[in-house]
Amino acid sequence: MEKVYINSFGSVSAQNTEYDSSFLKDIISYNDTTIPAINPIYKDFIPPAAARRMAKGVKMGIVASKLALQKANLNNVDAIITGTGMGCLHDSEKFLSAIIDNDEQYLTPTPFIQSTHNTVGGQIALEIQCKGYNFTYVHGSNSFESALLDAKLQLELNEAKNILIGGVDELAKHTVLLNKTINHIKKEPVESAELLETNTKGAIFGEGANFFVVSNEKQDSTLAVVDGLEIYNTLEVDSITDKAREFLKEHNLNVSEIDTLILGNNGDEEFDIYYNTLTSGDFKNTQQMVYKPWIGECYTASSFGLLLAANILKTKTVPETFQLNAIIPSQYKTILLYNQYRGENHSFTLLRQC
Amino acid sequence: MEALKQELKENIIEQLNLEDMTITDIGDDDMLFGDGLGLDSIDALELIVMLDKNYGIKLTDPKEGKHIFESVKTMATYITEHRSK
Amino acid sequence: MSKGIAITGMGIISAIGNNVAENYHALINERIGISRVSKIDTIHENDIMVGEIAYTNQELESLLNLTPENNYSRTAFLGAIAAKEAVKHAGITDISAYKTGLISATSVGGMDMTEKYYYQYLEDENVQKYIAGHNAGDSTQKIAQQLGIEESLVTTISTACSSAANAIMLGARLIKAGKLDRVVVGGTDCMSKFTINGFKTLMILSDTYNAPFDDNRKGLNLGEAAAYLVLESDHVVKAENKTVLAYVKGYGNANDAFHQTASSENGDGATLAMEKALEIANYKPEDIDYINAHGTATGNNDLSEGRAIIRVFGEKAPEFSSTKAYTGHTLAAAGGIEAVYAILALQNNVIFPNLNFKTQMQEFSITPQLKLKEKALKTVMSNSFGFGGNCSTVIFSKKE
Repeated sequence: MEKVYINSFGSVSAQNTEYDSSFLKDIISYNDTTIPAINPIYKDFIPPAAARRMAKGVKMGIVASKLALQKANLNNVDAIITGTGMGCLHDSEKFLSAIIDNDEQYLTPTPFIQSTHNTVGGQIALEIQCKGYNFTYVHGSNSFESALLDAKLQLELNEAKNILIGGVDELAKHTVLLNKTINHIKKEPVESAELLETNTKGAIFGEGANFFVVSNEKQDSTLAVVDGLEIYNTLEVDSITDKAREFLKEHNLNVSEIDTLILGNNGDEEFDIYYNTLTSGDFKNTQQMVYKPWIGECYTASSFGLLLAANILKTKTVPETFQLNAIIPSQYKTILLYNQYRGENHSFTLLRQC
Repeated sequence: MEALKQELKENIIEQLNLEDMTITDIGDDDMLFGDGLGLDSIDALELIVMLDKNYGIKLTDPKEGKHIFESVKTMATYITEHRSK
Repeated sequence: MSKGIAITGMGIISAIGNNVAENYHALINERIGISRVSKIDTIHENDIMVGEIAYTNQELESLLNLTPENNYSRTAFLGAIAAKEAVKHAGITDISAYKTGLISATSVGGMDMTEKYYYQYLEDENVQKYIAGHNAGDSTQKIAQQLGIEESLVTTISTACSSAANAIMLGARLIKAGKLDRVVVGGTDCMSKFTINGFKTLMILSDTYNAPFDDNRKGLNLGEAAAYLVLESDHVVKAENKTVLAYVKGYGNANDAFHQTASSENGDGATLAMEKALEIANYKPEDIDYINAHGTATGNNDLSEGRAIIRVFGEKAPEFSSTKAYTGHTLAAAGGIEAVYAILALQNNVIFPNLNFKTQMQEFSITPQLKLKEKALKTVMSNSFGFGGNCSTVIFSKKE
């Protein structure tokens, strides 16, 4: 079976991730209930004729994918696989509120067209004229992982050589309000560094787009190898430790061989217990890192975790701010990622240096 | 007619999000689709809604728009003849 | 690794029937499910025709033995009904006996509840349970729960109207790669005000019965449906001595990369998808006995698809028909229900008629199959195309 390399990534997030030179050098702290992504200069990436209909999510997705393609030195790919938990929320809200507010009259097609879940994947294909395989996964916190899993299948069996994968989600006003109503978003603003100690319900929401070129051919730009990925629709807190062990065993690893554990803690007192079970249990002597306090939670936030891991393996440096404990490993060779949202759609991802 | 043409240009720019354009960029006889402004079939549907909402003109077949939306001038002529508001 | 991808069960609910038997009965008796809209309050009620499922949400709820506190969208209700039929049909009593996954497709997800309670959510605690059910993956999670699939590979695909075909494709690849032994694949979409108005703004909704591949076709009728297949590996089939209904033999997905919603005039994406599927199946075009076309009855689709069929098969294309005159266009579920129809065609050696056709299209000379036709079928091709240039083809065969 072929190996699966991460050859590049492109990112639009609430942190400095657009350019390699400033990548996560100065971590921005937030004190809010939602964290918007920093807007790049979109017109450097998207022709105005195309950009005029695009909401932020689509634009972020296109910028992130173009950055990823540039860094991998590619003009095109064999397949484009996108993950998005909520899809093009802004336009969904726009069209739906227009239906309700105008009693179904004088509706225009653009927000409807743009609201389709596969808009980002379709637009990227249109932009780079990629006629290949084009899938969009929309499965909660496993949306991005499903895209990675699909790409991994194709690359391992040599059905494709270069695949563009990504995770993208955007914030939208009404949905934020609704999530505050049901305590899925915290009621009060919290400082990033204090998020995990709030002991309140809900998370801080965010947005962003992280795209990667994954390939079965190694090149100079290669950051890491994706060695393993498993997704689970359900997992009980009680079985999380066993599942982690089982996953490591399948890859002939034991806990001590994991140099860094990257987790998706979002400060929700109800569900961070999944992470805490690992951090205070089997992995208590492992370096632990979190990132959601600085970018916010969204269904595809874990795609940021993947780029963080890939970057650590390439540069052998970690952004200290993201460290959950004080442990510094002797090397950065093997990283395990674990993510879930509200106790559903769990994933383990294993990355190794190459 | 001149006022209507100006109004149409403003509305086209606004409704179709032609952000980097001003009304002076659109000539009365400029082709709106194809080689001119480069509008596409989705824009045509947007313009059909504009006719309905602003001028009370209902088109039932998008194909009817082809000649009406040739240029700002053809649009203004059609609207003048058919408007109900 | 599994060589063959066996289909051992199927389930469906659509405007022409609440299960596989009812759907087949309607298909061979030319009984269509298109009517005026009754379950959605819309100002377009006299301008459109739809393919609605007769059951109300309350009836679906009791069919699933759910208590009223549930927060199922209609999408989830329909999906659960069809998926359960498929699993039962496959004779599965212990779902966890083999590594079993679920790949479901949807485009509207929980939109039916969101559009009902959009502003009410902010004040009324009684309806807030539906907020978290908006995201498309939620219906899939509920279907998995209904089937008893736990701690497993469960995901959702949303590529507009090709979604369920893509779910079948992913499922087949997961079995082939040995990642799963068994997988339930398909799609579900309920009717919503959102999609009715969306397609209305695109001006592609017919005000009468949709007429695929007719020169005077006026557009599509929206429909709601759900359908699932159970796919199993050679190993499971052998170990359990399973009856195989048919096999997933080939599949292909390609992007038209032409326009956000419209298909290219020459059907580039559709051509590529059909060619890829033939290649995976190791078939030549002449090996295909019947094509269940996407045939939405929009001006654009039928022209583009027809041209693509000619590009792949030549002017002597095999019999083809669109069954959308029966069911309406069921969006993300379309590839699922039409997969069930393809398998029914194979099992019964019949080609379902393309109803409502009167006038030959001017642009080409191929004509859909207009009457129910008995023909020994070995293979059926099913096409599904969607927004974002997404084109998919799946080939089903009797023999491995």
